[in-house]
Amino acid sequence: MHADIESGRLNAAEIETNFLDMHPPLERPEALVEADRCYFCFDAPCTRACPTGIDIPGFIQKIRSNNTKGSAQTILSENIMGGMCARVCPTEELCEEVCVRTTLEGQPVQIGLLQRYATDAIINERLQLFQRGTASGKSVAVVGGGPASLSCAHRLSMLGHQVTVFDAAGKPGGLNEYGIAAYKTTHDFAQTEVGYILSIGGIELRSKQALGRDFSLASLREEYDAVFLGFGMGGVNALGMQDEEIEGVVDAVEYIAKLRQAENKADLPVGRRVLVIGGGMTAIDIAVQNKRLGSEEVTIAYRRGPEQMGASQLEQDFARTSGVVTRHWLAPERLLSDGQRVNGVRFEYTRLDENQKLQATGEYRELAADIVFKAIGQNVLWGTLGDTEESLALEAGRIAVNEQRKTSLEDVWAGGDCVAGGQDLTVAAVQDGKLAALDIDRFLRGSQNSLGA
Amino acid sequence: MADLSSEFLGIKSPNPFWLASAPPTDKAYNVNRAFEAGWGGAVWKTLGEDPHVVNVNGPRYAANYGNDRRVIGFNNIELITDRPLDVNLKEMRQIKRDWPDRALVASVMLAMEEKVWARLIPMIEDTGIDAFELNFGCPHGMSERGMGAAVGQVPEYIQMATEWARKYASVPVIVKLTPNVTNILPPARAAKAAGADAVSLINTINSIMRVDYDSLTMYPSTDGMGSHGGYCGPGAKPIALHMIAEIARTPDTADIPISGIGGITDWRDAVDHLALGAHNVQVCTAVMVYGFKIIDDLLDGLSNFLDEKGMTRVSDLVGKAVPSVTDWQYLNLNHIEKASINQHLCISCGRCHVVCEDVSHQAITHSVAGKRHFEVLDEACVGCNLCVSICPVEGCITMQPLTGGVDPRTGKPVSNEKADWTMHPANPLRER
Ligand SMILES: Cc1cc2nc3c(=O)[nH]c(=O)nc-3n(C[C@H](O)[C@H](O)[C@H](O)COP(=O)(O)OP(=O)(O)OC[C@H]3O[C@@H](n4cnc5c(N)ncnc54)[C@H](O)[C@@H]3O)c2cc1C
Ligand SMILES: Cc1cc2nc3c(=O)[nH]c(=O)nc-3n(C[C@H](O)[C@H](O)[C@H](O)COP(=O)(O)O)c2cc1C
Ligand code: SF4
Repeated sequence: MHADIESGRLNAAEIETNFLDMHPPLERPEALVEADRCYFCFDAPCTRACPTGIDIPGFIQKIRSNNTKGSAQTILSENIMGGMCARVCPTEELCEEVCVRTTLEGQPVQIGLLQRYATDAIINERLQLFQRGTASGKSVAVVGGGPASLSCAHRLSMLGHQVTVFDAAGKPGGLNEYGIAAYKTTHDFAQTEVGYILSIGGIELRSKQALGRDFSLASLREEYDAVFLGFGMGGVNALGMQDEEIEGVVDAVEYIAKLRQAENKADLPVGRRVLVIGGGMTAIDIAVQNKRLGSEEVTIAYRRGPEQMGASQLEQDFARTSGVVTRHWLAPERLLSDGQRVNGVRFEYTRLDENQKLQATGEYRELAADIVFKAIGQNVLWGTLGDTEESLALEAGRIAVNEQRKTSLEDVWAGGDCVAGGQDLTVAAVQDGKLAALDIDRFLRGSQNSLGA
Repeated sequence: MADLSSEFLGIKSPNPFWLASAPPTDKAYNVNRAFEAGWGGAVWKTLGEDPHVVNVNGPRYAANYGNDRRVIGFNNIELITDRPLDVNLKEMRQIKRDWPDRALVASVMLAMEEKVWARLIPMIEDTGIDAFELNFGCPHGMSERGMGAAVGQVPEYIQMATEWARKYASVPVIVKLTPNVTNILPPARAAKAAGADAVSLINTINSIMRVDYDSLTMYPSTDGMGSHGGYCGPGAKPIALHMIAEIARTPDTADIPISGIGGITDWRDAVDHLALGAHNVQVCTAVMVYGFKIIDDLLDGLSNFLDEKGMTRVSDLVGKAVPSVTDWQYLNLNHIEKASINQHLCISCGRCHVVCEDVSHQAITHSVAGKRHFEVLDEACVGCNLCVSICPVEGCITMQPLTGGVDPRTGKPVSNEKADWTMHPANPLRER
């Protein structure tokens, strides 16, 4: 049987409906009613749960009083990507999880949507709320164009330093532009937001400039007073099976990048039966987006149970209601093929033993598929990064940093997905960039406070 | 089921809910619909002498909102009826004929000349109305012409005009009082002295709603200029309740029947008015905001409440809370209460901590043994009720009386004997 892969499974109108804004923005009356639900808590649990520490009751209070500009200022001064975070943060595991309204009535204040309400108005209007600081005469190289790097660059500019951003990709934004599910960030918001961030001035963006290809870490250190590394994770973890390079086995992140950049989503090749291997956010995203492109049967196969999935319960429910079937306790054992293309995967059933360790059971099951997506995590592609790996202390395959996001090198900081011990979330990357910028500033001004120094 | 029928000054109505003199009672069309909806009576929009007054053609009303745009206060600069007297009288006659079981009261505002009253009172009474209500309350417009609140603020004028009304009317006369006075008792006494059968209160309160944030002119305005208006609705209720209770608890005014007005939106507001001394109630703003249909909740809410209390008729409730109203100096200073937080209901928002810390007596913890935890420290709590007032969870924080032992705040034993300010050692004028 030949692989059933084709484009144009759905017409343009169907695709458009399927990729509409997942959580449409609040209108003003809705925002006011929702804002009124905030209790203005003491030492607000939501603020503590936000990796960037946004004063959430504070910004909500300002929505209430129709002080939208002040509200956006409160948000963006802690998190310059507050607009994107409002769309992509798993709030059910962050701020909204600890909202006292959840205790009271099981329904948190919709902090994400309120944050979007406050920031959209300002970002779409390009209302500048920040000022470039007085020139310090110092220059900083920032590697990468994702959330970590842009957050760092923006804060450095506010602090008066001259920033050069080197980004390997054609468009800035990192995974905001190439990775986030299309229905989470519609209307080219990623570029609008980057435009807003860069409009502060003092930041030069050099696209299609790759560390390890066009320049080395050593050259940056020579040329700039400090360096920030935010190159994310370029590689996708291998399944560790034979013939993984066979046709029909696709890297989920790569496919999503194509989807995000597609002029016309109907042109993308879509399998009739799609199998996704993995259990995180990427697995959910690739599965749901395939379903919305017209796949008939989309199955996520995960080797552990629902509680162990990286994706939150809300995301798992979202996949289910989107028509995706999730099968648990299935570890991929062997790719099945007709010699040329993959046509299925043989799995072995697993279970947890008394010590909560995953055990194989010796039972097997095969699932047929036209396309198999790999979504079992990413890694840093050290091979492409030249002298970087050898120059820095690493930890579990990523860059080791201290609390201030400083690396083992005196003048190099790093943040986002490429550093060890992070949460691999947009919001965490933004916080890393901000913290690093503050420490870089202390370093450049020769203050004692640079804790890493 | 409790009997809601009402008799006020001998005027019978199927229930104690009347519409106050205002736009809802402006003409037969509205009053007809109100009676169809179930309202017990209506005080017709205030009548005046012809030529009839004119209203502004710009905005007359404005509202104060909660965040969900719920109206919590209302203001107007409307004058009395702007229709010819004969049109009103014709419609009133027809309404009384069509609805003989409902109360129909004529509100009047007339110039301070006896001959005007002598001419108009009998003419209006001829329509078959059950009573007069004398509008000495409108605080805007008419007061500039020496009527409305301009009369209501001077007890001598109240007395004079009420005497004229009494002289030429054979039906009961109700005097509607203005709250724009420092003490409501002199106007009430003046009404009584003149032979008024009852008082009704309150009319609206002098107010300016806000400014327009674009033009920085007062809002609402007509052609760029505005004038103060009368405030009413939910925000005005506590002011009405105080004035009603004052009349009801003061020995020489306690026997004047009261029609309670001000901020009544649901049946609980009516219970407040009745328990504090009103014999029936009148409603305006709530109908202007929600329409006549709110009568359904007013009726069965009150009826269910009376049943729950084991009361069989509305009069059982009238004045029930009056004996509990007194002067500050007679409050028992030996009575001690402490706030207490029900940890099962507490959602840990911590607002009680914020307010007690920033405002009151630093008597609520924010953490215990390193964990977020809100608990009252009896040794600091003065029992002020602030935390109870602002806690978002109903019933979570309550005030608990100390009935014995030692007050941990003062270290003094709790006394079960009553001691008020009149006997307090710190009172230089104390009665020995
Ligand atoms: C499919 C997918 C869906 C996700 N969905 C969510 C979500 O819904 N919510 C959420 O919070 N998080 C989500 N994440 C995680 C989130 O996107 C990342 O944690 C975040 O983008 C990390 O930011 P970063 O700046 O570290 O890296 P990236 O966003 O990966 O940016 C890295 C940047 O570095 C550049 N770069 C790479 N190599 C080089 C080089 N050699 N030289 C120069 N530049 C280089 C890239 O072009 C890019 O601009 C998702 C991730 C994936 C993969
Ligand atoms: C728009 C408007 C017009 C009013 N007109 C009169 C009036 O003509 N005569 C009168 O005695 N009271 C008038 N009032 C006062 C009401 O009868 C009533 O006393 C007051 O609004 C308080 O009651 P409430 O809180 O239920 O509205 C008016 C009130 C409003 C809001
Ligand atoms: S009653 Fe007053 S003093 Fe006592 S805990 Fe509450 S707010 Fe504090």
